[in-house]
Amino acid sequence: MSYLPYAVAGWIFLVGLYGIVTSRNLIHLIVCVSVVQSSTYVLLLTIGYKEHGTAPIFKDLPLAESQRAVDPVVQALTLTDIVVGVTVLALLLALALDAHRATGTLDPDELRALKG
Amino acid sequence: MIVLQVVSLALVASGAVAVVLVRDLARQALVNALYGLALAVLFLVLQAPDVALSEVVVGAIAVPLVLLAAIRRVGRRT
Amino acid sequence: MSARARLALFAAGGVGLAFLLAWGFSGLADFGHYPGPYGDVLNRVAVGQRHVTSVVAATVFDYRGFDTLGEEFILFASAAGVALLLREARQRDAVLRDPVADRTVRAVGLLLVGPAVLLGLYVVAFGYLTPGGGFQGGVLLAAGLVLVWAAGSYRAYSRVSPTTVVDLAEGLAAAAFPALGLALLASGGAFLENVLPLGTRGSLLSGGTIPLLNWTAAITVTAAVTLIVAEFLEELAVPLRRPTR
Repeated sequence: MSYLPYAVAGWIFLVGLYGIVTSRNLIHLIVCVSVVQSSTYVLLLTIGYKEHGTAPIFKDLPLAESQRAVDPVVQALTLTDIVVGVTVLALLLALALDAHRATGTLDPDELRALKG
Repeated sequence: MIVLQVVSLALVASGAVAVVLVRDLARQALVNALYGLALAVLFLVLQAPDVALSEVVVGAIAVPLVLLAAIRRVGRRT
Repeated sequence: MSARARLALFAAGGVGLAFLLAWGFSGLADFGHYPGPYGDVLNRVAVGQRHVTSVVAATVFDYRGFDTLGEEFILFASAAGVALLLREARQRDAVLRDPVADRTVRAVGLLLVGPAVLLGLYVVAFGYLTPGGGFQGGVLLAAGLVLVWAAGSYRAYSRVSPTTVVDLAEGLAAAAFPALGLALLASGGAFLENVLPLGTRGSLLSGGTIPLLNWTAAITVTAAVTLIVAEFLEELAVPLRRPTR
């Protein structure tokens, strides 16, 4: 039971991969890529969690209880990653729009051949 | 593990499946926003308020905006 | 390769990947029994060393500032990529006609712009004392500006976010982060070392270089998201042409 969170992270990763493999539209594919990214956030945060822990913000928490707080490093990595992830998503969408402008279709199977 | 964590993990796992299985593009943008909210609840339960704030702001505001603008551009198809 | 063959290949590869993941996860510590010393050390010393109450913000902008520098570069590169891809092929004479006609939507939307921007500024300003920070508040500020488009028209939105100002702001703010680090390096310290006065714990004037880096990150993120949204919204003005191939 204590490995359930890691199993959920792995499940989300595989589900996202399945979506990428069976997708027939580039924008649907891009959203599935973001689902795969989210599995890494879940994994990072579950690694840093402490039982009966609390957030590493000491505005109201006395400093004597500092060892009860969960790991702040994984939270720092994840929160910058989430915001940067949206800009990367936008870049992928711009690529998809460009492909649509050039060929008129968003189906990855039809976009396969690189012509000239 | 407490019940709240199990429930939020279950919500996130089923939300991911829902996002992948939806085929209509605009509907997928909205399901993605709901999945982002489920993730934010999970992050809050894991004692990470900064990350939850980040996920809410990005998943419910920035991503649906950009996705819907792109979908409007290419037309709704599967 | 047909779709069926691809799915069969994925099934085989997926099972292998699942086993690999399970084997890897079994080596991790139990959920809830975090073993590593780094997080515990930071929790114990960060508040005393930097006088800020949010250890996460201290980690993002000070202890792991180098990683944040890398993330900001990804942000900058993605925004530049979007601008490059979408600006080049657009007709310059396209005009987007989309004023919102409903009075209620206009009124409520425009009334919400002020509170949204204020909320964004608050989240950025107190980011190193309570949950928040430059990244979250930056997206909120950009969203407040996008409300001007949602409640008004694209012309109004392009007035509050002119292209030259946004481009300049993003470039300058993204450069300010490493510039600060290099300045510290030139003055004899370490790259991104915290040398400014630390102030009193729990007040806005604390943390040394952390508030500076916090605000530059906020400006970078706001400018990047505004640029991206503006590019996508302008795409809606161009009529769909016939494919060129």
